[in-house]
Amino acid sequence: MTSVTMPQLGESVTEGTILKWLKQPGDRIALDDSLCEIETEKVTAELPSPFEGTMGAILVPEGETVDVGAPLCEVDVSAAVPAAVPAQNGAVAAAGSWSGGPMAIPPDEAPAQPEPALPAARAASPASAARAPASQSRPEARERFYSPAVMRLAHEHAIDLVNVSGTGIGGRVTRKDVERLINARTAKAAATPAQPESAIEAAPAAPAARPGGSGAYVTVTLSPTRRTIAENLKRSNLEAPQAWTMVEADVTGLVALREREKARFQLQEGVELTLLPYFTAAVCETLRDFPNLNARWEGEELRQYDSIDIGIAVASENGLVVPVLHGAADLSVAGLAKRIADLVQRAHARKLRIEDIEGGTFTVNNTGSFGSIASKPIVNYPQVAIVTMERAVKRPVVVANDAIAVRSMMNVCLSFDHRAMDGLDAGGFLAALKRRLEAIG
Amino acid sequence: MVVSTVLEAVRSTLDEALGADDSIFIIGEDVEAGGVFRATEGLNAKYPGRLIDSPLAESSIIGISIGAAHYGMRPVAEIQFADFIHSGFDQLCSEASRWCYRTSGSANLPMVVRTPWGGGVHGGQHHSQSIEAYYAHMPGLKVVAPAFPADYRSLLKAAIADPNPVLFLEHKRTYRLIRQEMDGAPAETRIGRARVTRQGTDLTIIAYGLMLHESLAAAEELAKEGIDCLVVDLLSLLPLDVGTILESARATGKVLVVHEDTLTGGFGGEIVAIIAEHAFEHLDAPIRRLAGPDIPSMPYHHAMESFFMPDRTKIAAAARELAAY
Amino acid sequence: MTVAKTRRVRSQQPIEDYLLSEQQLEEMYYAMLLARRLNERMLALNRQGRAPFLIAGAGQEAAQVGAAMALTRGTDFLAPYYRDLGMNLVLGMTAREAMLNLLAKRDDPNSHGRQMPSHWGNSERRIVTGSSVVTTQLLHAAGIGLAAKLRGDPIVVMACCGEGSTSKGDFHEALNFAAIHRLPVIFFVENNGYAISESNEKEMAVANVADRARGYGIQSAVVDGMDCIAVYQNVRPAVDQARRGGGPYLIEAKCYRLWAHSSDDDDSRYRPKAELEEWTKKDPLKLFRDRVEADGIFPRDDLDEIERRVEEEVRDAAQWALMQPDPNPEDALGFVYKEAE
Repeated sequence: MTSVTMPQLGESVTEGTILKWLKQPGDRIALDDSLCEIETEKVTAELPSPFEGTMGAILVPEGETVDVGAPLCEVDVSAAVPAAVPAQNGAVAAAGSWSGGPMAIPPDEAPAQPEPALPAARAASPASAARAPASQSRPEARERFYSPAVMRLAHEHAIDLVNVSGTGIGGRVTRKDVERLINARTAKAAATPAQPESAIEAAPAAPAARPGGSGAYVTVTLSPTRRTIAENLKRSNLEAPQAWTMVEADVTGLVALREREKARFQLQEGVELTLLPYFTAAVCETLRDFPNLNARWEGEELRQYDSIDIGIAVASENGLVVPVLHGAADLSVAGLAKRIADLVQRAHARKLRIEDIEGGTFTVNNTGSFGSIASKPIVNYPQVAIVTMERAVKRPVVVANDAIAVRSMMNVCLSFDHRAMDGLDAGGFLAALKRRLEAIG
Repeated sequence: MVVSTVLEAVRSTLDEALGADDSIFIIGEDVEAGGVFRATEGLNAKYPGRLIDSPLAESSIIGISIGAAHYGMRPVAEIQFADFIHSGFDQLCSEASRWCYRTSGSANLPMVVRTPWGGGVHGGQHHSQSIEAYYAHMPGLKVVAPAFPADYRSLLKAAIADPNPVLFLEHKRTYRLIRQEMDGAPAETRIGRARVTRQGTDLTIIAYGLMLHESLAAAEELAKEGIDCLVVDLLSLLPLDVGTILESARATGKVLVVHEDTLTGGFGGEIVAIIAEHAFEHLDAPIRRLAGPDIPSMPYHHAMESFFMPDRTKIAAAARELAAY
Repeated sequence: MTVAKTRRVRSQQPIEDYLLSEQQLEEMYYAMLLARRLNERMLALNRQGRAPFLIAGAGQEAAQVGAAMALTRGTDFLAPYYRDLGMNLVLGMTAREAMLNLLAKRDDPNSHGRQMPSHWGNSERRIVTGSSVVTTQLLHAAGIGLAAKLRGDPIVVMACCGEGSTSKGDFHEALNFAAIHRLPVIFFVENNGYAISESNEKEMAVANVADRARGYGIQSAVVDGMDCIAVYQNVRPAVDQARRGGGPYLIEAKCYRLWAHSSDDDDSRYRPKAELEEWTKKDPLKLFRDRVEADGIFPRDDLDEIERRVEEEVRDAAQWALMQPDPNPEDALGFVYKEAE
C-alpha cells in the first residue's frame, strides 16, 4: 500500500483543500488518472495519479484542508507494474528543501535545519576533488616545524621552542601551545618575587595571564660571552632594518666534486674537506662583483672595503663566535679549508686572538650543519650582510625539458641591512652566488 | 517586532526609496508584474510610472540606466539572474565603472544594479552562478553581497544613496529562507564594512551570502566539539574591509575562507593574499579556501548540484582539519 | 522520426492545396500530438514533484512542426530555442529521449543532466546546443551558414527564437551578418504573444518582427503559426531559396503560448482570461484535425488511432525514463575540456 500526498500546486502554496474525490476505494486506477480535485489559494487542479493499481482508503475527506506533503489516500500498487516505479522524488528535497526550478517560490521556509549530509567521503573539500588531492598535513613528526606565528611569539618572549611540547598534528607546537606557556609564565612572574632577570629584554608582556599553568623552572644566569652576543644581536636588530631573501642552488656537481676529493684531501692536508670552503670561495668571488655587500658601518659612515674578510660563524659550547678569515679572497679552496679548520679548532679551545675576531666585512654561517634548510640570520653588526649555507638535501626537481630528476638542492639565505643596499643588490648577489655554486663540478 | 525575510527587506526598502525620492525609478524585465521573484510586487500599482519593463536585453538595461543616471536620475536596475548580466559586462566595465574617473569626477552615476545570484535552487548552469569575482575587479564599481535581512535593508539604502554605480547581489536561495527580527538587529552598516557575526578563538571563517549562514551553522556544530569559531560576514566585496579581515585573522592564526564560486580565480584568493601579505607572522596554519570545484558552475541534477556546493558539513570538516593542525 | 505502423499505407504524392503528401500530413499530426502529450505528461510529473522544472511549447506545435518539416533531415542544421520540442521530434528525437531530458538522466543525449530540461543539442542530428541566455544561438546559426558557404555545401540553417529574443543585440547582429554575407539562414521567430509576463507592445514598437527584415535588406514573411500546413507552405519555399543561394529569410509565425512561461510561472497574474479562451479555440491540434477530417484526408478512426498510439508511446516513455540511471554526482567533473585525440 502506497500513499499519495498533497503536491505543491504552484508558487507559495502551503496547503490545499480536497473539493471532490473522483475515485473511490476499490476503483481501478491507471497512471495519471485524476484522483481528486484540489483547491488552493492560487489554482484548482486535478491530481493525476502517480501510481497504477487499486484505490485504497481515503485519508482526507472532501472539504478538508491539509498541508502540502500530507497523505491524501492510499493506493494498492501490488497488482501492477509500479514496484518498478520509484517513490516520489524525495531526493529533490534533499538538495536543501528546494522544490521546483530556479524561479519557483517555495512556501516561506522554516530556518534551515541541518540537512542529512552526503556520505562522509564527500565531506572533503570539493576543491580537492577537482584538482590534485590537497596534501593533508603529514602525520609524521612535526615537533620541529614552527609556524610564523609560533616563531614570532617565541622570539618576542624569548622562549626556547625545543622545550615546548606541541598539541598539533605530529606533535607540532601550535600558537596556542606557546600562548599557554606565555600565560603560565606571566602568571608565575606576577605571583613570585623578582628573580635574577635574563639579560635579554623580554618583548612587551603577553596579555593578562590566565590562572593555572604550573611547571617548575630555573633562572638562567648569563655568561659575559652570552651577554655580549645578546648585546650585539640586540643592537643589530634595533639599528638595522633587515630584510631577508633566499635562493636555492642545484649543488649536485659540488657535492659530487667534494665526494671525489675528500679522501685525497684528508690524506694530503690532514683536515676534513666539507662544502664550506667551496662555498666561501664562491662567496668571495661574488663579493668582488658586489662590493657594496662587503662593508661596515663606522658610526654614520658606511665603508666599502677592498679586502674581503669573511667571518665564519662557529657554534661553540661557550656561545656563538665569529672568527675572521682575513684576505679570504686570496685563498684557494684548500687554503680556506685549512684556515677554517684552524679557526674552528682554536675557537673550541678558546684560543682565539683579538685579530682573529676583529675586522670582518661579511659573515658566512654554516647553518646547514645543524640540518637547517632555511634560516633567517641576524646581520653581524657593524657589517651589512650575512649569508647562510643551508643543508644540501636530495630532492626531486624539474630539470630541462620538464623532466624530473633527483638533485642535491641547497638553500642559500641572505639577511641584509636595508640602509646599505636594496633588494636589487642583495638579489643580484645571491643570483650570482647561485650561478657560481651551480657551476662547480 | 517585525520579522522580515531577505525578500521583504529588499521590497520594503525599494518601497521606501520610491516614496522618498522621485528621481528614483526601477527598470528591469517583468518588474511591473512584480518580478520573477516578487521583489517588486505591488510597487507598480503603488507608484504608477516609476517601474519600467525593459525589453529582453541586459546591455540595454544597464546602458539605459547609465544615461538616466548621468542626466540626474537614480535608476535601480534589476538583472533577472546574475547569470545573464554578462551581456551587460561591457556597459559595466567600459562605461559605468569608468565614468567618474575619465571625467575627473565632474560626472558620476548614482545607479544600482540588483541581481539574484547563487545556487541551491536546481538552477543549472545559468541560474546559479556567482559573479562577484569579475565585478569586484572593477575599480569605480562597488559590489556588496549581504546575508542578513537587516543588512539588505541598510546596504540597499546606502547603495541607492551612493553617487557611484553599485552592484547589489541578492542570494536567491536566501530570499525566503532567512528571516530576522528587524528591531534590535545589528546597527546599520555602511558599504565597505565587514562584521564579526560570531566571536571565537580557535579559527576564523570568512564568508558571504548563503555561505555565511552555512558557516554559522557549522560553527554551532563545532562548538559542541569544543572548537570555537570566529565567523566574519564579509558584506562588502568592493571596497573590502581589510582591517576586519586582518584583525580576525590575527585573532586566531587559522583562517578558512568559504565561497560558493569556483575555486580558481574566485574572490577568496584576494582575501587569502591580503592575509598572507599582512598577517604572515600571525599565521599558525596555511590559509584554507573552501569553494566550488573548477567546473563551469553547478550542474542541474540535484546530486551533482549538492556535490558542487560547499555546505555546513563540508565547512565543518575543513574547520576540524584546520583546528587540529 | 518514424511513425509506428499504420493500418493503411499513406500516399507519398502531394495533395493539391496542401503541397504535402498524406504521409507527410500523418507525420505532421503525429509530431504535433506527440509534442503536446509529452508536455502534458511532463507537467503531471512536475506537479507530482518528480521533475523540478518544465518549460513547454503548448500552442506552438504547428509553427514548430510545420517549419521543421521543411528542412532536409541529416543535412540541414537547427538552432532551436527551449520551447522547440516539436522541432526536435521532427528531426528524430524520441519520446524516451525527451523524458530522459526532463528528468536530467545520465543518458539524456542533450546534456546528460548538466543543463536544465529543454536545453536541446544533438550533433548527430545537427541540432545546435543552446543555453539559457536567449538569442545567442542566432549568431551561432549565422556562423554555421558562413562555414557552409565557404565549403560550397548546400545546407540551410534554421535559427529559432521567441519574439522576446528579438530585442537582444544578438538578433540584430545575427541578421545583419547573415544579410551581408547572403547566408542560408532561416530566422524563424515564434511570436507567441508573451515574454514571460510582457506582451508584444512592451517588446517592440513595430506590429511585426518581420517588418524589421527590410532594415537588414532581407526577405520576410508573416505566417499564421497556429496552422501547421500554412507554416510549411511558407517556410518550404524560403528554405529552398536559401539553399539555392537566395540569402537569409526572416519568418515570423504568429502563434500563442497556451500555458504559463514555465512550471514556476503563474500566468494568472498577468494574462487576461478572455484572451486565453479565445486562443484556446485556435489550438493547432484542433485546427489541423478539423481541417484534414473536413477535407476527407483522414477518416476519424485513423486520427483516433494515432492519438491512442501517441498516448501509449508517452506512457511508455515516462515509465521507462523514470527507471533510467541518474548521473553519478562525480559526473559533474567530467568533460570540462575536450581531450586531444
